[in-house]
Amino acid sequence: MKPASFEFHRARSRAGAVELLTELADGDPKIIAGGQSLVAMMNFRLARPGHLVDITGIDDMTGIEVDGDRLRIGALTTHRTVEKAGLGVLSAAMRWVGHLPIRTRGTVGGSIAHADATAEWCMLAVLLDARIRVLGPAGSREIAAGEFFHGPFWTALEPDELIVEIVFPWPLPPAALTEYADRKGDFALVAAAVDLDRERTVLGGVGPVPLLVDSLDAEEIAAGLDVRDEPGVSAHYRRGLARTLVRRAVAEASP
Amino acid sequence: MTREPHLHRDGTWVGASVPRREDPRLLTGRGRFVDDIRLPGMLHAAFVRSTEAHARIASVDLSAVREVPGVVAAFSAADLGLHDIVALLDRPLHEFVPTAMPVLAKDKVRFVGEPIAIVVARDPYAAEDGREAAVVEYEPLPPITSDSAALAEGAALVHEEAPRNTLVDVSLFATEGIDEVFAAAHTVVEVRARTGRQNALPLETRGAVAEWDDRDEQLRVHTCTQVPHQVRTVLAASAGLDEKEVRVIVPDMGGGFGLKCVVGREEIATAAAALRLRKPVKWIEDRSEALTASFLAREQRYTVRAAFDADGRIQALDADVVCDMGAYSCYPFTAGIEPLMASAEMPGVYKVPAYRVRGRAVTTNKAPTAPYRGVSRPQYVMVMERVMEKAARALGIDPVELRRRNVITEFPYRGVNDVTYDPGSYKESLDLCEQVLRDEGWFDRRGSDPAIGIGFACFSERTGYGSGAFAQRKMAVVPGFDVSEIRMDLDGTVSVTTGTLSHGQSHETTMAQIVADRLGIPYDKVKIVQGDTDRVLYGWGSFASRSITIGGSAAAASAEKLGERLRVIAAHLMDVDVESTELDGAGGVRAGDRRLSFTEIAEVAYLRSHLLPKDVEPGLSATASFDVGGDGTFSNATHAAVVRLDPGTGGVEILRYVCVEDCGVAINPKVVEGQARGGIAQGIAGALFEEVRYDDAGQPLAASFMEYKVPTAAEIPDVRIEHLETPCAFTANGAKGAGEGGTIGAPAAVLNAVNDALRHTGVELDDTPIPREAIFRALERAAEPALEAR
Repeated sequence: MKPASFEFHRARSRAGAVELLTELADGDPKIIAGGQSLVAMMNFRLARPGHLVDITGIDDMTGIEVDGDRLRIGALTTHRTVEKAGLGVLSAAMRWVGHLPIRTRGTVGGSIAHADATAEWCMLAVLLDARIRVLGPAGSREIAAGEFFHGPFWTALEPDELIVEIVFPWPLPPAALTEYADRKGDFALVAAAVDLDRERTVLGGVGPVPLLVDSLDAEEIAAGLDVRDEPGVSAHYRRGLARTLVRRAVAEASP
Repeated sequence: MTREPHLHRDGTWVGASVPRREDPRLLTGRGRFVDDIRLPGMLHAAFVRSTEAHARIASVDLSAVREVPGVVAAFSAADLGLHDIVALLDRPLHEFVPTAMPVLAKDKVRFVGEPIAIVVARDPYAAEDGREAAVVEYEPLPPITSDSAALAEGAALVHEEAPRNTLVDVSLFATEGIDEVFAAAHTVVEVRARTGRQNALPLETRGAVAEWDDRDEQLRVHTCTQVPHQVRTVLAASAGLDEKEVRVIVPDMGGGFGLKCVVGREEIATAAAALRLRKPVKWIEDRSEALTASFLAREQRYTVRAAFDADGRIQALDADVVCDMGAYSCYPFTAGIEPLMASAEMPGVYKVPAYRVRGRAVTTNKAPTAPYRGVSRPQYVMVMERVMEKAARALGIDPVELRRRNVITEFPYRGVNDVTYDPGSYKESLDLCEQVLRDEGWFDRRGSDPAIGIGFACFSERTGYGSGAFAQRKMAVVPGFDVSEIRMDLDGTVSVTTGTLSHGQSHETTMAQIVADRLGIPYDKVKIVQGDTDRVLYGWGSFASRSITIGGSAAAASAEKLGERLRVIAAHLMDVDVESTELDGAGGVRAGDRRLSFTEIAEVAYLRSHLLPKDVEPGLSATASFDVGGDGTFSNATHAAVVRLDPGTGGVEILRYVCVEDCGVAINPKVVEGQARGGIAQGIAGALFEEVRYDDAGQPLAASFMEYKVPTAAEIPDVRIEHLETPCAFTANGAKGAGEGGTIGAPAAVLNAVNDALRHTGVELDDTPIPREAIFRALERAAEPALEAR
């Protein structure tokens, strides 16, 4: 559980990070922020980046700001910062992110970039139609969350692009996220998030990306899931969990 | 640091919850574990491991490994030429088939993760780079991944010498006429249960730092083992050294739980590499290796029938136990460890008049097994407690009342399993445990909430296995006794050796308490010496809850012998009869109103030896040993769990856990409680969370804590512990073993509680870890009529 050899670089600015990514493009560079997923994958040698570009020294990518009808969260903001910020569903959902030490190091942008299909940030971004603002050699662009996630660990992000911030609509609707795992802090077996205003649900753990459904009807959503029996978890159980969790999320979101 | 004395109310150290002497260093990061040892010029090892579950090794090519930057050397089995590790039972071939475990795999691999070659490099990173460059060609053989596949007609053989992949097949007991008892019985209940494969999971993984010392002409190995002398014997034999040329030193240990009471292969290979290179070599097992390639335990299948009369009294027990021991027989216990334990002890606390048992160990292409805290007892107790619950349901008798009718109440009790039980508090612990739950209102809450269930487990645990008890198991290498050397220095302070070995159980504190009382000196004037084959005469280490019962008794005996010596010298100096002297409890010897302090006696013994009596040798030391002559001493406990099930998810929440334990006289009640709490957490882990699964190809499915679901503090409930005290008649201070009980009771209590909470569903679950989906489905089906009615 020791990583393969890599070179370490520290970026001092957003532009500097993009420059490093461009410059090192042939050497399989990878951005590191909190490192809560990447370092574990490197230790198992499942990820073998040739270069790590550390962006934690960039000082203008952290923080939460309400900007008219937008809520902007800097990519380097930690889960724990959001948890303590009193931001409705976003703060409440953070209790499901790993354990306290993970929330203290892990970042919002890192979670979005990692694109685990049960990750709370990916689900929240899809549910609330967040936009992912990224910076590349040609300048910055915004990608709708609905178009960002392509599969596990696979996103619309180009190799030389950096996630700068996540932009949520403001104010936030009545919404909630809930999960089930045998152990607290684990990746969810199934997770459900609901938005009562727009009557939509996002499910995690039922497909390769967060699944958006335009319904709050737990029975209907569960029945409509395209899930298969897997070792230790039948499709029936997964549907049952989805049904329960949608109901509970709706109850939690309801005033 | 000065400390307030924490004397027990009787003025003795024993019985007082004095602070653990280990804590200041451990809690401030000043402990020294194997990985803290850094020697000049030290190299780092990593192992090339099998990627196949079952295959012939066609070739091992390490040439590319040796080219990797930073790699110093790489050795295969052929390069090191070490002797195999062979563990034996003294049983005929139809009962036990001996098999060899090579230090590095030779012609064949038998599980994914099996070590094939050792790579030695300048740092651990380069060692892993080197490992990746190894080229091993395999000729795959059919993988055997379950006990049923192992026993199937025509199955591939994991060890060619073991037909039907059976290493142990022993029928220890078969009461005559037992079939007639079943035929005539009022009620017969049956339990078919499977328990999941687990990892004992010490926080500190395995590891070793080895170096050849030219000055001492010794191979010095620092390693975290529970059995240093046994490691010395195997290492010396394997590497062709004299035992005097091997020194095994155990620094602080972060747990063992049995996983480290067998001799591992990697430690031997590491030491052999250091010997070959004449340079220090360190190997620290990483967590992924610990989960997949160390020693596992507990995968067992039970088919058990029990006959009861109309009053709920058990009449007969018939059990078939199959243990999946994985790829190899562990040294020194062999693959017999689990089936023989289950067979010998299964009747437990109950008056079982007729008993028949067959215990088998099968070999499969999974990581091998070692003893794990409780050894089979968490499993057979779980099965017995399921028997009791099922009988209670079938007969309409309250489950606690049914147990009360069956537990042994008169002692000593000679069991159907040829074991004599010394006095315990089986019924008393049941009564108190039930009372605690009643007082706390849990039966009321169960009455008003159908999702709440209460489960009990009543059990005893044989502790302090002496050589006689192990010999009965027919081990070829028979553990049992302990021997202790004690020495008093000039200033009256004492050093005492123990052949047992604390790997977290605070023997430095508890043994010091025992010795302090014997000599009448403060417990911090007593130093415990352990875990060093050059400093300790001999030892069997710590396992099977033997340390306080046997090691503590040996330490007490050596202290008493030293006390006698002090009295003999003092009597001579004071010119009185020895009989008229006594230790005064304050660091001196008294005769009437005259007194000599230990320092005054020590001064004579060392500095003015011409004043000693003629037949007394200079110095102040003594050696004494202790063995348990009979069948050991039985600790006992009743555990109860209260759970609430979540019908929406199948989730299980433990609302309350109560443990009423009796380990005789607790030397240090806080230490006993720590043992109980930690054990209970491991038992809960087995009931609800942990399992090492393999796929059909024999690939392990748990290589990290993401897949191996060890519970965290969030999953472990508050535990209330109540003590009962039935002293043992033949150990020092009347202590019984306390190391394993927590682990033994918890799976049964939790499983019974879950089943109690399923009482309205008609579903019973007997396998662990309990699948949440099974709970979900049971509750879903039970709720269906209600949904229709609505």
